Amino acid sequence: MQWSWKRIPAEYLVANVKLYQGGKIARRKGFMHVKKGRIEQVGAGEAGREGLPVLDGRGLVCAPGLIDMHVHFREPGQEEKETIATGSLAAACGGFTSVVTMPNTEPAIDHSGMVRYVVDRGKEAGLCRVFPTGAISKGRRGEQLCEYGEMVSAGAVGFTDDGSPVTDGNLMANALKFARVLDVPIISHAEDLSIIGGGVMHAGYWSARLGLPGMARASEDSATFRDIELARATGGHLHIAHVSTRGAVDIIRRAKQDGVRVTAEATPHHFSLDHARCRDYSPLFKMNPPLREPEDVEAVAAGLADGVIDCIATDHAPHTATQKEYQFDQAPFGVIGLETAFAVGVTYLVKSGVMDLGRLLELMTERPAGVLGLPYGRLEEGAVADFTLLDPDFTWTVRADSFRSRSRNSSYLGETLTGKAGATFLRGRLTWRDEEVLADDPAPRRGA
Amino acid sequence: MILKNKDVLGLESLEADEILGVLEIASRFRAVFDRPVRNVPIMRGRTVVNFFHEPSTRTRISFELAEKRLSADIVNFSAANSSFKKGETLRDTAENLAAMKIDMLVVRHSSPGSARYLAQVLDCSVINAGDGAHEHPTQGLLDIMTMRQRLGDLRGRKVTIIGDIAHSRVARSNIWGLTKLGAEVTLCGPPTMVPGALERMGVVVEYDLHRAVADADVLNVLRIQLERGAGKTFPGNREYHRMYGITEDIVRGLKPEAFILHPGPMNRDVEIAGEVADGPRQVILDQVANGVAVRMALIYLLSGGDPGALGGSDKG
Repeated sequence: MQWSWKRIPAEYLVANVKLYQGGKIARRKGFMHVKKGRIEQVGAGEAGREGLPVLDGRGLVCAPGLIDMHVHFREPGQEEKETIATGSLAAACGGFTSVVTMPNTEPAIDHSGMVRYVVDRGKEAGLCRVFPTGAISKGRRGEQLCEYGEMVSAGAVGFTDDGSPVTDGNLMANALKFARVLDVPIISHAEDLSIIGGGVMHAGYWSARLGLPGMARASEDSATFRDIELARATGGHLHIAHVSTRGAVDIIRRAKQDGVRVTAEATPHHFSLDHARCRDYSPLFKMNPPLREPEDVEAVAAGLADGVIDCIATDHAPHTATQKEYQFDQAPFGVIGLETAFAVGVTYLVKSGVMDLGRLLELMTERPAGVLGLPYGRLEEGAVADFTLLDPDFTWTVRADSFRSRSRNSSYLGETLTGKAGATFLRGRLTWRDEEVLADDPAPRRGA
Repeated sequence: MILKNKDVLGLESLEADEILGVLEIASRFRAVFDRPVRNVPIMRGRTVVNFFHEPSTRTRISFELAEKRLSADIVNFSAANSSFKKGETLRDTAENLAAMKIDMLVVRHSSPGSARYLAQVLDCSVINAGDGAHEHPTQGLLDIMTMRQRLGDLRGRKVTIIGDIAHSRVARSNIWGLTKLGAEVTLCGPPTMVPGALERMGVVVEYDLHRAVADADVLNVLRIQLERGAGKTFPGNREYHRMYGITEDIVRGLKPEAFILHPGPMNRDVEIAGEVADGPRQVILDQVANGVAVRMALIYLLSGGDPGALGGSDKG
């Protein structure tokens, strides 16, 4: 039977691919046998099965569907920026099959009904697995705990007041105690607002030169330290979101050596860009935490390479063009990231020699799955067939019309990056195909 | 062409020869002030919009006067008496202005980078009259003009800028302009107001006032914005005056020919003692007069004025 992109069969072979397994990319070509949404068999060489339709992978890398544990899909409340459906498409386009949504919607995801709403909208879209997190406190006001037990039953995979820190340390400690019992992480947006004092970019030479109020590193470092000490005291699983400073990397490293239950993530923009990017006052470089000094960028990249930081997460934060047309000091924080994450990883971590491609993919698949205890992120027999075919050599220039997200606020507009997803499959079904990367033309494009 | 770009957004973006060229033209305009008829009808039929999104008295009046002396048509547009309010983007404002076919825009706005943004989206010339804490190039030019009137070439001259550098657009424009002309710049003020990171701009940061002014040729004393964080960034006016105020005692320790600038309006007995403000060292009224001349020069040059047409007579 002939392979057809128009009608993906229930059973097929993915052949002529370089398989990702266990943090490595196989040197030899391999195959994967997909049957009814599961991986029937995966291995090197030829499948040795006749009669099945064959998807010729043309030497692309076959990896588990990428997992992003930090996205803002803005629904409900700010659907002009993104919806769960448009965000899911952006995810598929970036090679992702699972995302974790943040609860800072309007209203916030602070009870089980809201959790179920996000789960249902994700299933309706059907383009990736959407795992909601719930708020730590009612209305994200930092005053009253949410009903974590019921929210976990409804599908919440963690709790966070992301977007704002939990100022009340006792409330944070209590959240960690519940999280320990329920075996879910508390995700910390580590920021001390009393230190920040209205800053809009990293406090340093560029903020001083540009006349913009700065956000001191000490704000992130001290808040990271506090939450780690609370995790140490309570035994709860603390996950530090969007680590951006050298100091925070060091604090997390020491805590891990001490055996504290702490995990951490870093965003593509924090391992690739520094605060000098703000020099033209473009709000496309305004995010929280801010772009920091080159030494911080290096420390974050090194932390990802050596495992102090567990995974890459995008902090995909869509804003409409109008909102990003305000002046830098007035514009909202945040940039989108789902559709550029893999390429930024290849361009800034792999091509620069910080890590190999296998390690990059581990940080975007197995590792975030491990942080959340999700049964995804591996290509093995019996596993769900969530996978993506990646071209790590495909070079493209990021343009506003490149995006499937409803918003275009990317820090990489105009930049030429390397690496792209050619096709993404969820439970064996195609959710995205890039016809430039993976054309209909069956002639082999690349050498054996 | 004295100015290479259509806009004047800051002294960062002007080269030394552009700065000197503007000051040369300004000194010719300054000479006209002493004549019975001070108007030069160069801008007849051209429209200049003064867009002040932030309150300003001195700068706005100085620009208006400069425009009137060049016989331009003037439209004043300020936050208080327009529909402009927080929430409207600057792009909306800019497009409205562009639709009205103006020749030049003078803009004061609280957001750093806003003048630059307008210059990118508008075809007309834009003059930055102060963008947040970023730059205030006409103030920088008038300060430099005032210094050069007394010192001539500024190479090797020592200029100490004192006050709330962190929030001062005047300081940044002075730093860019003065360093380009070869002056040695020292910044001084409370540690909460003078970021040490600014040393990367090629200046010295000194927190001790006595040391900062000991061999200075010029003191540029900035206005302390009392509404901005007194109590948090500094304990209060009394302490500020004691540590960083320019008192008679400080003046006695200066080099004999050293002089004092202040961009106004002054907080007497806070950053500058009343007797110093009224004393022989200050050159504040020269600054005010030079301000009009500098603004006339920029408007004239940006609208394509021929430097030769002014006649080469008086050099101020």
